[in-house]
Amino acid sequence: MTPTAYLLLSALLFAIGAVGVLVRRNAIVVFMCIELMLNAVNLSLVTFARINGTLDGQVMAFFAMVVAAAEVVVGLAIIMSIFRTRRTASVDDANLLKY
Amino acid sequence: MTELPEVAVATGVASLAWLLFVLPALGAAILLLAGRRADGWGHWLGVGTVATSFVIGLAIFFDTLALEPEARTREQSLFQWFAVGGLDVDFGLRVDPLSLTFVLLITGVGALIHLYSVGYMAHDPGRRRFFGQLNLFVTAMLLLVLGNNFVLLYLGWEGVGLASYLLIGWYQDRPSAATAAKKAFLMNRVGDVGLALAIFILWTDLGTLQYTEVFARVGELSSGAALAITLLLLLGACGKSGQFPLQAWLPDAMEGPTPVSALIHAATMVTAGVYLIARANPIYDLSEAGRLVVAIVGTITLLIGAIIGCAYDDIKKVLAYSTVSQIGYMFLAVGLGPAGYALGIFHLLTHGFFKAGLFLGAGSVMHAMHDEVDMRRYGGLARYLPITFATFGLGYLALIGFPFLSGYYSKDEIIAASFGAPGWQGWVFGGCATLAAGLTAFYMTRLVLMTFFGERRWEQLQTADGKDYHPHEAPAVMTVPMVVLAVGSVFAGFLLYVADLPAFLAPSLGELVEPEGAVVAHSAVPFLVVGISALGVLVAWLTVGRHRVPVHRPEPVSLPVRAARRDLYANAINETLIARPGIWLTRALVYFDNRGVDGLVNGSAAALGGSSARLRRLQTGFVRSYALSMLGGSVLVIGALLAVVLA
Repeated sequence: MTPTAYLLLSALLFAIGAVGVLVRRNAIVVFMCIELMLNAVNLSLVTFARINGTLDGQVMAFFAMVVAAAEVVVGLAIIMSIFRTRRTASVDDANLLKY
Repeated sequence: MTELPEVAVATGVASLAWLLFVLPALGAAILLLAGRRADGWGHWLGVGTVATSFVIGLAIFFDTLALEPEARTREQSLFQWFAVGGLDVDFGLRVDPLSLTFVLLITGVGALIHLYSVGYMAHDPGRRRFFGQLNLFVTAMLLLVLGNNFVLLYLGWEGVGLASYLLIGWYQDRPSAATAAKKAFLMNRVGDVGLALAIFILWTDLGTLQYTEVFARVGELSSGAALAITLLLLLGACGKSGQFPLQAWLPDAMEGPTPVSALIHAATMVTAGVYLIARANPIYDLSEAGRLVVAIVGTITLLIGAIIGCAYDDIKKVLAYSTVSQIGYMFLAVGLGPAGYALGIFHLLTHGFFKAGLFLGAGSVMHAMHDEVDMRRYGGLARYLPITFATFGLGYLALIGFPFLSGYYSKDEIIAASFGAPGWQGWVFGGCATLAAGLTAFYMTRLVLMTFFGERRWEQLQTADGKDYHPHEAPAVMTVPMVVLAVGSVFAGFLLYVADLPAFLAPSLGELVEPEGAVVAHSAVPFLVVGISALGVLVAWLTVGRHRVPVHRPEPVSLPVRAARRDLYANAINETLIARPGIWLTRALVYFDNRGVDGLVNGSAAALGGSSARLRRLQTGFVRSYALSMLGGSVLVIGALLAVVLA
C-alpha cells in the first residue's frame, strides 16, 4: 500500500474527530473525539517517518501518546467533578464563563 | 528735547526721604495688626504719621530750595529690590521738584483730611481700621511719586488701587458700595494693563526701567515705539484718573466715606495719571501724535464732566464730575507738551486744595443733614452751617476761577496755553476749555444755591429713619481742616504764581514754553474766562436761584438733561461694547468647552464602551463554539500558508 492511503485515512479520522467535537454534547464523547484526532495525527506522523526513513516522526508519536495518557487522567477527572456538581456531562450546560 | 539734570546722591536732610513713606507704612501696619487695643489712640497715630511725613517733606523741600536748580534732582538708593536676568530693579527714591511737590500735596492735604476724619468717622466702629487703610493709601501714593523707576511706580500704582478699592467699599453692608468698589477696581485694571504693557515695551527696547537711564536714552526709541508707549501710558493714566473712556467708575466711587472722596478721589490718587504723563515727559516730547491724543482725551473729558455735573442732584456726584472735568483740564495741559506740563501740575495743586476743601464741606453738610446727599432736600443751610458755608464758598469761588483766587491762576493759564496749540487745535481746545469753564460756573453755582440758599426744604421732610433734620455745625476737629484748605484755596494760586512754580519744576519738566501765535492773546484770556464764568453764574441764578426748587426731581425733562442724568450713557456704552460681548464670549466658550471639548472626550469614551459591550457578546460560554472558531481560524491560517507556498 502506498503511504497516501495512510495519510487519507489519517485525514478522514481527523475530520471525524473534529466533527464529533463540534456536534456532540456529551463530554465523554467529545473527549473520545479529541483522542481520535490525536491518534489521526499520530498515524500521519508515523507515515511520514516511514516515508522519510527516519525515526523522528515515531519519536514524536510516542511523545503524543504519553501526553494523551496524561491528558486523559486530568480530563476525565475534570469531567467527573463537573458531573458530580451539575449532574450532567453536557458541555453546553457548563457555560458559566462568559460575558 | 529738554536738558536732563545731573542726578546727585541725596545727602543731608534729603537722606531722610525714606522716612516719608516708611512712617505711614508703619502706621498702617500697627493700626491694621494691633487690633482692638489700638481703638482708643489709633486714629491719632494715623494723623501723626502723616503729619510727621509732612514736616519731613517740608524740611527736604526747603533743603532743595537752597540748592542751585541744576542740583535739585537727587536720588536715594535704599536696597536692591530684585534682580532677574538682565532686569535689575533698585528700591530707589527720586527726590526732585516734581516728586517733592507731590509729597507736600499728599502729606499736607492728607494730614488735614486725616484730622478731619477723626471727627467724621467718630461714630464708626471701624475707625481704627479706616485710619490704617488711609495710611496704607498715603504710603502707596508716596511710593508712586517717589520711586525712581517704573517698577516702583507700578508698585505704588497698584497700592493706591488697592487702598482705593478697600475704602470705596468701606460700608461693606451696602451692596451699592461693594459694587462701586469692584467697578473701580476692574476699570482701573483695564488701565493698569496699558501701564504694564508700556513698561514692558520700555524694557524690551531700552533694557532699563530707571527714570534717569530711560530718559537719557529715549532717543533710541523708534517713533512707533514712542507712540505705542505714550498711548499705553495714557491708557493707564485714563484708568487711574477717571478720564474718557474709563471715567464711569469715579462718580460711583463716591460710595466711600467723604474723607476718602476728598483725599483719594479728588486731591491725590486720581491725579496720579497727570503725574505719570508729566513724569514721562521726555517720552511724550518724542511723540506729537501721542500728546495730541492726550489733549483730545482731556478735552472730551472736561466737557463730559462739566455737562453731567449740571444734571445731578447728589452733591458728591456733582463734585465727582467736577473732579473728572478738572482732571480733564490737567490732561489737556500736559497734552500740550512743553507748553503745559508745569501748568497741569499747577492746576493739580490748586485743585487739590479747593476740591479737597469742597469735599470736606460736602461731608460737613452731610454730617449736619443725617448723611443726606440729595441737594433737593437741602436749602437755606448757610445760616445753620456758617463755617462750612464760608469755607465751601471760598472753595467754590476758587473752582469757578473768581479773580485772584487759586483757580483763576491755574485754569486761566491752561486755557491760555490751549489757545496757543497749533492750527485748528487752538480753537478747539481753547474753545472747549472756555465753554467748560462756563459750565463749571453754572453747576457749582447751582450746587451752592440749592444747598445754602433759598427755601429750607428739609423742614417739611424727614430723614430716612423718620426723624426731623437738625442741621448743626461740625466739631472743631472737622472745621479746622476745612478752614486751612479754604485759606489754601484762596492764596495757593497766587503764592504759586508769584513763586513761579513752573520755574521750580523746570528741572523735572523742562522750561515752560510760551506758545507763539495763540489764536486768543494771553492777556485777553482772563477777561474771556471770567466773562464766561459770570455768564454761567448768571444763568444758574436765573434758572435755579429765582425759582422754587422742587423736592422731587422734575420728569420728564429734555433730551440733553436726560442724557446727562444717565452719565451721557457711559455705563450703557461700556455695558454694550465691553461687558455684554464679554459675557457672550465667555458663555460661548463655556458652551464650547462643555459640548465641544468635553463632548469629544466623553464621546470617544462612550463609543469605545459601547462597541466593547457589543463585542463581548461574542463570548458565549459554549465550548463548542470556541472550538469551531479555533478550527475556522486554523483552516484560515493553513489556507493562507498553502496559498503562499503554492502560489
